[in-house]
Amino acid sequence: MSFYREMIAAGFGGQGIMLLGQIVAHAAMNEGKNVMWIPSYGPEMRGGTANCSVIVSDGEIASPLVSFPDVLVIMNQPSLTKFVNRLKEGGTLIYNADLVTYDNPRDDINIVKVNANSIALELGNERVANIAVLGVLAEVTDMASADALKETVQEILGAKKAHLLEINMKAFEKGQEVGKQYVAQA
Amino acid sequence: MSNRVLMKGNEAFAEAAVQAGCKYFFGYPITPQNEIPEYMSKRLPEVGGVYLQAESEVAGINMIFGAAGTGFRTLISSSSPGISLMSEGISYIAAAELPCVIINVMRGGPGLGGILPAQSDYFQATKGGGHGDYRLLVLAPGSLQEATEFIMMAFDLTEFYRNPVMILTDGFMGQMMEAVEFKKVKLGYDIPDVKEWAVGYMAERGKRTLLKSLSLDPEVLEQHNQKLQKKYRLMEEKEVRFESANVDDAEIVIAAYGTTARIAKSAVKKLRDQGIKAGIIRPQSLYPFPYKPFSELPESVKHVLVVEMSCGQMVEDVELGVSRKVPVSFYGRCGGMAPSVEEIEQAAKKALG
Amino acid sequence: MPEVKIFERPKCMTDVSTHYCPGCTHGIVHRLVAEAIDEFGIQEKTVGVAPVGCAVLMYNYINTDMYEAAHGRAPAVATGCKRVRPDLTVFTYQGDGDLASIGVAEIVHAANRGENITVIFINNAIYGMTGGQMAPTTLLKQKTTTCPYGRDPKVNGYPIRIAEMLATLEAPGYIARVTVARPKYVIKAKEAIKKAFQTQIEEKGFSLVEVLSTCPTNWGMRPAEALKWLEENMIPYYPLGEFKLPD
Repeated sequence: MSFYREMIAAGFGGQGIMLLGQIVAHAAMNEGKNVMWIPSYGPEMRGGTANCSVIVSDGEIASPLVSFPDVLVIMNQPSLTKFVNRLKEGGTLIYNADLVTYDNPRDDINIVKVNANSIALELGNERVANIAVLGVLAEVTDMASADALKETVQEILGAKKAHLLEINMKAFEKGQEVGKQYVAQA
Repeated sequence: MSNRVLMKGNEAFAEAAVQAGCKYFFGYPITPQNEIPEYMSKRLPEVGGVYLQAESEVAGINMIFGAAGTGFRTLISSSSPGISLMSEGISYIAAAELPCVIINVMRGGPGLGGILPAQSDYFQATKGGGHGDYRLLVLAPGSLQEATEFIMMAFDLTEFYRNPVMILTDGFMGQMMEAVEFKKVKLGYDIPDVKEWAVGYMAERGKRTLLKSLSLDPEVLEQHNQKLQKKYRLMEEKEVRFESANVDDAEIVIAAYGTTARIAKSAVKKLRDQGIKAGIIRPQSLYPFPYKPFSELPESVKHVLVVEMSCGQMVEDVELGVSRKVPVSFYGRCGGMAPSVEEIEQAAKKALG
Repeated sequence: MPEVKIFERPKCMTDVSTHYCPGCTHGIVHRLVAEAIDEFGIQEKTVGVAPVGCAVLMYNYINTDMYEAAHGRAPAVATGCKRVRPDLTVFTYQGDGDLASIGVAEIVHAANRGENITVIFINNAIYGMTGGQMAPTTLLKQKTTTCPYGRDPKVNGYPIRIAEMLATLEAPGYIARVTVARPKYVIKAKEAIKKAFQTQIEEKGFSLVEVLSTCPTNWGMRPAEALKWLEENMIPYYPLGEFKLPD
C-alpha cells in the first residue's frame, strides 16, 4: 500500500490551526510528496471553530474531503467533540490538554496530550502554542519528518517574522520533547 | 520537483494568468474567490499591469469589454451571484468577438445562496447565462496543477476563437492548497495579430475598428450569428477534452467534473477494491461537452451514474450522450454540501441493484 | 488678401446622413466632438464609446475606433480601454437615460476615480430612442409617455443635476454644462468640449460636458419651438457654466 495520510486540525480561530496544517503540507511537499490542504471556510472562521484538512501521499490525491483522518490535532473542546469519533482506528490524536479534557477516551487510538498553552506561556508568547503542537506531531506521526517541518517553520517565519524565529524554534523543540517522551513510553 | 510551490487555488489561478501574460484584471470582491483580486492587486503592479477594483461586477465585466478591445490579455473572476450580474456583459463580449478569460469559483445558490462550494452554475456556464445565441468555451479543471495549465491554455483559446473562455471551478478548488508547478502551456494555434481588430491601431490598419454587437438589419444579424455558430462548431470539433479511467471493462461508469470527479475517483477505487467494476469519465471541457465517450461506452457498461454538487445539471448532457442505451441515474448534494466517497459508493451499488 | 476658409465636414466625420430626427441637436454635438478631435489632430489615437439610446449609432458618424457599450456601461468600457492604453484619447457619448438612470453607478465611480476620460452627456429631459418616456432629467410637470399627467416629485422625485452632483467629487478635472440652443451657445459648447479633451490630453483627470439638447419629436414640438422651450424651461433649472476646472 502506498503512502497516504489524512489529517484534520481543529481549534478556535486565531489558534494558528490553518498555519499548522499549511506547514505540514509544505514540509511534506518539500520531501517530494503530493499534498493537499483545505480549510473550512465561512462564518465559523470568526470566533467559532476552524479546521483544516491535510492529505499527504506519494500517489495521486483524489478526493480532497477527509472523512476519517489518520491524525487528529485538537486545540479546543468543541473540536474534540466534533471530530474524535471520526479518527481512524489506530490513528493518532494530539490534543491541547490546557484547553481540552477528554473523559472516557477511545482505547483504539493513540492519544498524545500536550500542554501547548503552558509551553507557549513559559516561553513568553501564547501564540506559539500551535508550533509546540507541531513539534509533537513531528515525533508521533509520519506526516512529515521533523527536519522538514522545522525547515518549513524557518522558511515561513524567516521571510516575514524573523524576530519570532527563536521562540518558535524553542516551542517546536519543547513539543518534540513531549512527543519523544510519548514514543518512549508507548 | 524543485519548482513546485504550495499555493492556494485562487492564488494559483491568478499567478497562472500572470504567467500567461495577463496584465489586466478588473474585479469585485465576493467569497470564495477573494484571493484572486487580492493577489492581482499585489502582483500586477510588479509586472507593469493594472489591477482595478470595479464598483460592481456589472462595471467590472464592462471594464473587461473595454480592456479586451485593446487586444491585451485580460482576466476577471467572480463567484456565482457575481457571474449572474456579469452575464449581460459576457453576452456583449461574445457578440463583439473579444477575448477574455473569466473564472467562476462557484458557490451554492440560487439567490444569494451560501458561500460554500457548489456546481450549480453548469447550465449558466454551458447553456447561456446571458441572452442570445452565444457559447462560452468552458473548462473545468480537476486539480490546481490542471487549473494552472487550463488557465494558460485559456488565453490562447480565447484569442484564437475571439470568444470568452470560462474556467468553471468551485469553492473547494479556490480555497485548497496543492503543489503546483507553473509550466508554460502553448497551444501552438495560429493566432491572428490583434492589430487587425483592436482599438488603437487605426494608423497601422489604415481604417478604424468597430467593437459592437448591434445589428439592426436582421439579415446582417443572422449572418453574424451564423459566423459565431461556425466558431462553436469548430470548438466542438477541436476543443473536446476529457479524462477517463477504468472504463474498458466497467459495469458502472461514474461521470463527474471538477472537485466532484476527485471524490468520485476515490469512490471508484473503493468500488474496485470490493470487486465492483467501476470506471470514471471526467469531462474537462464542459462546452464543448464530450458526448462521444458516453455514446461509445463499451458493452460491459450497465449503468451510468452522474455525480454533481448540484441538483442535476450536467446529467442532462450525459443523458444526451448515452442516448438511452443504458440507464443514467444521478446523485447530487447541493447548497454547499459535497457528496462523500461513501455516498457515491452507495449510489453506485444502488444503481447496479 | 483675406484667408479663404471653406466650411467642410470634419475629417473624422463619415460622409453619411444621420438617422436623427429633424431638429434634433445630436448632429450639432457630434460635429463639435469631431471638430475637437480634428483640431487636436488625434483621430487615429481616439476611441469613442457609444451608448444605448439615440446615439447608439454614433459609430456610424464619428470616424474613430469605436466601442458600442451596453446600456449605461460606457464609462466602465472607457475605463477598461484607457487603463490599458493611457496613450489613447477615450470618450463616451451618453444620453440622460444611459448616464443618469441605468448608468449612475458607472458614471459616479468613473468620475470619482478621476478616470482620465471625456464624457459628453446629452441631456434632453426624455428617453428618445424608446419613444418619449420619462428620464431622470425630465422637468417637473413635464409630460412624457410614462408621466402623462406631468412629472410629480412625490412619485418620481426631482430632475437630477448631474453636472453639479459630480462636481461635488474631489477627483474630476473638468465639469461644465452648455447648450446648443443658439449659435452663441454653440460657440461656448465647442470651447467646453475642447477644454474637456484638453483636460484628458494633459492627464488632468475626468472631464464631462453636459449638453442641454432638444428632442422635438418626443417633446411634440416643432424644432424652433423646442429650442425656445429649452431656453425657457431647461436653462433655469439646469444653469449653464463651468462647475469644475482643472488645477
